[in-house]
Amino acid sequence: MKRKEILRKYEARPDNLLYILHDIQDASPYNYVTEEDMEEIADFLDLPYSKVYGTATFYSMISQKPRGKHVIRLCDSPPCHLMGSESILDLLRDELGIDVGQTTPDMLFTLEITSCLGVCGVAPAMMIDEEVYGNLNPKKLRKIIKDYREGII
Amino acid sequence: MAEMVKLYIDGTEVEVPEGTTILNAAKEAGKNIPTLCYHQDLPPTAACGVCVIEYEGRPGMQRACCTPVAPGMKVITNSKTLRERRKAVIGLILSNHNVDCPSCAANEKCELQKLANDLGVDMHMYEKILDHRPEDKTSVAIVRDPDKCILCGRCVTVCDEIQTVHAIEIADRGFDAHVDTAFSAGMGVSPCVNCGQCIVYCPTGALREQSHLEAVWDAILDPEKHVVVQEAPAIRASIGEEFGMEIGSVTVGKMYSALKRIGFDAIFDTNFSADLTIMEEGTELVQRIQKGGKLPLITSCSPGWVKFMETFFPNLGENTSTAKSPQQMMGALTKTYYAEKSGIDPAKIVSVSIMPCTAKKFEAQRPEMRDSGYQDVDYVLTTREFVRMIREAGLDFKNLPEEKPYHALADYTGAATIFGATGGVMEAAVRSAYYLLTKKDMNNVDIKPVRGMEGIKEAELEIPGVGKVKVAVAHGLGNARELLTKVNKQLEETGKSEYVFIEIMACPGGCVGGGGQPYGSSIAMRARRGEGLYQEDSSLPKRCSHHNEAILNIYKEFLSEPGSKKAHKLLHTNYVERSVVSGDAVREITHKHGH
Repeated sequence: MKRKEILRKYEARPDNLLYILHDIQDASPYNYVTEEDMEEIADFLDLPYSKVYGTATFYSMISQKPRGKHVIRLCDSPPCHLMGSESILDLLRDELGIDVGQTTPDMLFTLEITSCLGVCGVAPAMMIDEEVYGNLNPKKLRKIIKDYREGII
Repeated sequence: MAEMVKLYIDGTEVEVPEGTTILNAAKEAGKNIPTLCYHQDLPPTAACGVCVIEYEGRPGMQRACCTPVAPGMKVITNSKTLRERRKAVIGLILSNHNVDCPSCAANEKCELQKLANDLGVDMHMYEKILDHRPEDKTSVAIVRDPDKCILCGRCVTVCDEIQTVHAIEIADRGFDAHVDTAFSAGMGVSPCVNCGQCIVYCPTGALREQSHLEAVWDAILDPEKHVVVQEAPAIRASIGEEFGMEIGSVTVGKMYSALKRIGFDAIFDTNFSADLTIMEEGTELVQRIQKGGKLPLITSCSPGWVKFMETFFPNLGENTSTAKSPQQMMGALTKTYYAEKSGIDPAKIVSVSIMPCTAKKFEAQRPEMRDSGYQDVDYVLTTREFVRMIREAGLDFKNLPEEKPYHALADYTGAATIFGATGGVMEAAVRSAYYLLTKKDMNNVDIKPVRGMEGIKEAELEIPGVGKVKVAVAHGLGNARELLTKVNKQLEETGKSEYVFIEIMACPGGCVGGGGQPYGSSIAMRARRGEGLYQEDSSLPKRCSHHNEAILNIYKEFLSEPGSKKAHKLLHTNYVERSVVSGDAVREITHKHGH
């Protein structure tokens, strides 16, 4: 089982909690950690369940509900905001047919807002999974979404 | 010895040991810096920002609760900026708080209410932003109201660091941050042991008991019902303070008087069944010593501890005394012995207990606690609920006459009274176990090493014919965890523990510090209530449970002898192992005698 293999890579120390949560989430086809995951992590690290739950819910990068195969994180920090992230968001809503925090019915995309990605020079910017996309405009955005839909990226 | 540090608080010179916080140093200068999340018994969480101060040489404000003193520091605790900041902080908290004072369980005890008033805060300073969350009513003992939570973190600190139960945690963050159980399952679906320390330490009314008060009033007013009541030892030392009497005043006569005026049909006293518990548990201890049974024997009267054992130390299930708690012994006798003797149909009896405890509400509803053929104890009221009942009935408690109870199931000795303080059950049990083993009474029944507020206490007793016997007492579940981890290590390594008998109470201070006691019970207050109980003990003519004639009589008339078959059926119980995730029973770990 995947979860057990991931746990085996780590020493049972509480400071490994975040790394394990990330690893398990990344291994999940739906980009999230389940209650069973959190229970098994807690048992492995000998931490209370409430602690693991508190930590997992504190970090917005860790999700407790199933998400799409690709997680889109649109930056909404001031530089991106000034450079038009709001209209990019409208376009994303339109293109995907979902609002922030939602997942497309085909489980392909989840739309999220993030704070600064540190690429203000190419604002407005977003991340899809681990990839950063900057200088976004409607044409570029539609192309990126299309490529993901067709499995080109 | 710590170095002394000299500093100035608003111009007054003070000298305090190195490492002292500015908050405590200011007390030396006669200044009480306003605080909200801080509590003297707990490590500071520095969550609220009310205790801000300034000092020369450092720009901005610091939190006095967690800033240590430095030599020569010139601290300012009162300035226009600081006063405005404190008001702003409280104003912001109020904007996100369900200000429901008149109907709130913590009204007049609420630290937020008091502080807002003391500092002259305008409660409409900021627009309301309260994001409503439903109450958590999944537990049979404790209700959480997130709309009154101010996120001070005291409940989490108590649950984590004092009790080591870890049932609750702050989940999410920013505006979404809230106190929650793992997976948001609710207190009733968590390892919570219902000790209620979170309630006692809550500065507001965000935590309270599941109230049985209305059900009890309804039963009293129902002419078909025969309503009987029992009161825990610790109750008598804590009602008085709620009516302006000195902390630790023992008000047993006034308590009976109030119960009569409220309209209970029969008044018993849990102290009677505390003496009975000693007879059963003492006999069990003696039998285990003489017949080589499982040792150490561990007390079983604290239902918070029992659930803790079932969840975190199930391997000690067989070490835990099978004797029921005094509440449950009285419950079982009420609907059997008392019903028979008084010719009342047990189906018509409503059995009420008044307890310093929230876990007793859970205990009363355990499926094991129906040995009379009915639920042995129907309703459990906390001290707080009982105080409200006295107020609702319009009684001037302080000036009530001293009265007697209605029944012999209320006679008790000093040994029973001290059940309410940490070490008391141990002391009471030793007094009688000594007699059972030697057929002689102890010359001096005061066993002082097991008294007092130290977290883990030990004593070595010399019992003729048995030799040296080592006993230990722990109160507060963090202390219990420490002691039992040591016991488990000894059992693993040598198959034997150095201790023969262990008393464990879930709450710091024992029952006088229970989760059903008034909001704001500090360790210092608990100690004074305990002293009140020890004073009552030393003032009573009989101080050993085996001298209680009513107890001897109930054995003669009904139970035959301690540990008899009938005693086992009614007065003993069995335990289950519980899930660390949900608290649900997983499997039986002990079986009931004769079943």
